[in-house]
Amino acid sequence: MENRYAIEMLNITKRFPGIVANDNITLQLRKGEIHALLGENGAGKSTLMSVLFGLYQPEEGIIKKDGKEVTIKDPNDANALGIGMVHQHFKLVECFSVLDNIIMGVEPTSKLGFLKKKEAREKVLQLSERYGLQVDPDAIVEDITVGMQQRTEILKMLYRDNEILIFDEPTAVLTPQEIDDLMQIMRNLAAEGKSILFISHKLKEIMAVSDRCTVLRKGKCIGTVETKDTTEAELSSMMVGRNVEFHVHKEDCPVGDVILDIEHMTVASKVHKNNAVRDVSLKVRGGEIVCIAGIDGNGQTEFVYGLTGLEPLVSGKITFDGKDITRMPIRARNAMGMSHIPEDRHKHGLVLDYSLEDNIVLQRYWEPEFTHSGFLRRKNIRSYAERLIDQYDIRSSQGPLTNTRSMSGGNQQKAIVAREIDKEPKLLIAVQPTRGLDVGAIEYIHKQIVAQRNAGKAVLLVSLEMDEVLDVSDRILVMYEGEIVGELDPKKTTAEELGLYMAGAKRDSRKEL
Amino acid sequence: MILLIQYMLIFASVLLLVALGGCFSEHSGVINIGLEGIMVFGALGGALVMRYLPDGTAAVWVILLSVLAAVAFGMLFSLLLGVAAINFKADQTLVGTAMNLLGTAAATVIVKAINTAENPDNVSATIQYVQAKKAFLVNIGDFEFNWFMALAFVLLLISYVLLYKTRFGLRLQACGEHPQAADSVGINVYKMRYAGVLISGVLGGIGGLVYITAGVSEWKFENGVAGFGFLALAVMIFGQWKPLRIALAALLFGLFRSLSNVYMGFDLLQQLNLPGTVYNMLPYIISLVVLALTSKRVHAPKAEGIPYDKGSR
Repeated sequence: MENRYAIEMLNITKRFPGIVANDNITLQLRKGEIHALLGENGAGKSTLMSVLFGLYQPEEGIIKKDGKEVTIKDPNDANALGIGMVHQHFKLVECFSVLDNIIMGVEPTSKLGFLKKKEAREKVLQLSERYGLQVDPDAIVEDITVGMQQRTEILKMLYRDNEILIFDEPTAVLTPQEIDDLMQIMRNLAAEGKSILFISHKLKEIMAVSDRCTVLRKGKCIGTVETKDTTEAELSSMMVGRNVEFHVHKEDCPVGDVILDIEHMTVASKVHKNNAVRDVSLKVRGGEIVCIAGIDGNGQTEFVYGLTGLEPLVSGKITFDGKDITRMPIRARNAMGMSHIPEDRHKHGLVLDYSLEDNIVLQRYWEPEFTHSGFLRRKNIRSYAERLIDQYDIRSSQGPLTNTRSMSGGNQQKAIVAREIDKEPKLLIAVQPTRGLDVGAIEYIHKQIVAQRNAGKAVLLVSLEMDEVLDVSDRILVMYEGEIVGELDPKKTTAEELGLYMAGAKRDSRKEL
Repeated sequence: MILLIQYMLIFASVLLLVALGGCFSEHSGVINIGLEGIMVFGALGGALVMRYLPDGTAAVWVILLSVLAAVAFGMLFSLLLGVAAINFKADQTLVGTAMNLLGTAAATVIVKAINTAENPDNVSATIQYVQAKKAFLVNIGDFEFNWFMALAFVLLLISYVLLYKTRFGLRLQACGEHPQAADSVGINVYKMRYAGVLISGVLGGIGGLVYITAGVSEWKFENGVAGFGFLALAVMIFGQWKPLRIALAALLFGLFRSLSNVYMGFDLLQQLNLPGTVYNMLPYIISLVVLALTSKRVHAPKAEGIPYDKGSR
């Protein structure tokens, strides 16, 4: 009987000190199928892939290729077996050409070691035509779009004649249009007989493109299902272990006084000469969630920098809680009741090599409760951290003393949310608060944001996710090329209309928003 | 005028060789501040060979053996950087600084020991090579051609081809830009970095030998190489880590360095009546100015200076 499986990982168990990362997991990839691997952050997906690539040796279990048992000791073994991977963070040399990146490691050369680029180039062009992967082989990687960089990574695998292609959260960095293109590419590849393993926690994409789906939860294999026989709701409850609310429930809430009033804000850009934020005016009142929507790179980052004091304004005025804070230092703004969940949690949200408890008091360690005559009151810090860890369900291996770097992204984010919300702010600025998180954590964070609004706080949400914008906000402002181009009511608008504004195809006449 | 060109070419050769050495090391991802020390050791190797070869050895043998000795000494010394920076992941700037201190000091001690062993009254750290040095020179009219000029030129071409036309060059540069990417396609980053560092030892060693034979017939090793290793670093940065640009930068710096040797021959410069030390200072001042002006738009290998650790991804 012909073997149906391209690769099988049977009963894999991998333990780390204090944790079983993979507990008796079986994953079988059929030839020519698109197989999704679904799981929350920390469910063991990365560990399983590291086992497949020989980065870790499993304690138990075997790997079979085409029905024959194989041992994989390092990535080179995996390559030799025809297994290739598009990493979440691309592994491309930015100052090399696309062609150089594709051939690197398997360069065709003459006997003396001279590169035969002409030959390589023809093969790349052939492959790119056959699979519909548009690239310019001579373009320098740092100049091309993320989508083309990803196609370069795919061509890298095809150039090596890999039969088993692994995509590690490939859509996280793409625009909606690019995501559609990628889905089509994956279908083409599968139709040509490649077997695809698609790691993701985006249910919609899994439903759209995969044939089967294996779900992991907390290191265990929950099951493998045929995608056409399942629903998003079933998959998400398998992944999280309970039913998940996709839609954010929120009651109407009376709108209070203006808390934040921004007038004609202009912020310079660090990358080009034009201003990144141009003459933006907006108001946020207590008890409402105002969402700044837009495609990445349209000035949202600089807008938040200007608002929180990370960057000076070129011009304009910010009034917060009745006071002019335009020139106020960051800590004074925080002390007035401004909370900030930053876009980049590693850069601005946490000191990664500090313990969890130190990160939790990072915004208030100078308060008398935590400091006495210049010395930290460790006992109080500890009990405060323990309370927050408990209350916000922040999971970590060693409680308050956990090194923050070792925590999962979702729990790092929960720690920041806990710290910023527990300050009892008047204004909560949340910038892409659910970036890179799984549905369980997203649901949790959305609930917290809505709870703040219900408590009468002003919330300014900056988001790139269309669903989040439409679900969570009370009022949508669309930012395009540094300007607010429209105000929408989430109850009345549609994703299509919002998309037109975000792409700059539609804009309201200028008015006070 | 001919004298000026002659000095310019020979000093440019030194800077070119050493800067190319630095270029290979940095493209592999290892910052090589220790070029100065490598030069001193290369010079020591070459000087010892020149001193002990019997008078009357054929010129070609003198050249070959002294260069080989410089290469061997330079490589050996650069291994220090390799082991410390690649295996033990030490801070590359600190290791390089230590190498510079060690290079001059160790060479001085070794030469003094040799001199004293031969003649207890001789406590100098000087090696003479009056006869041997003649092997390098060919007079073409008034122009004193030095074989090292040709060698530097050939090595420049080889470096260019190696970096841009071969598999080795592609992989080497990948290790300096994005070692994780290189590793993910099966390139051994540690090996490539060793290759880069050792090549810098080879070229730096030869550069040291050329430097001490450029103008004089004996060398006081307590002087080291007078900051030429650092000048070469400036040349490398000014040349944007690209061999051909490095060659042009080396010529420019070589010109300024040679002025101090020959400014007496120019009426115009003599009339300026500046003290000789001003000309001595010129290349160093120029390098300060050049680096201050250009360092904003440099394109250094991205991963240089960061020890590669397979574990961190």
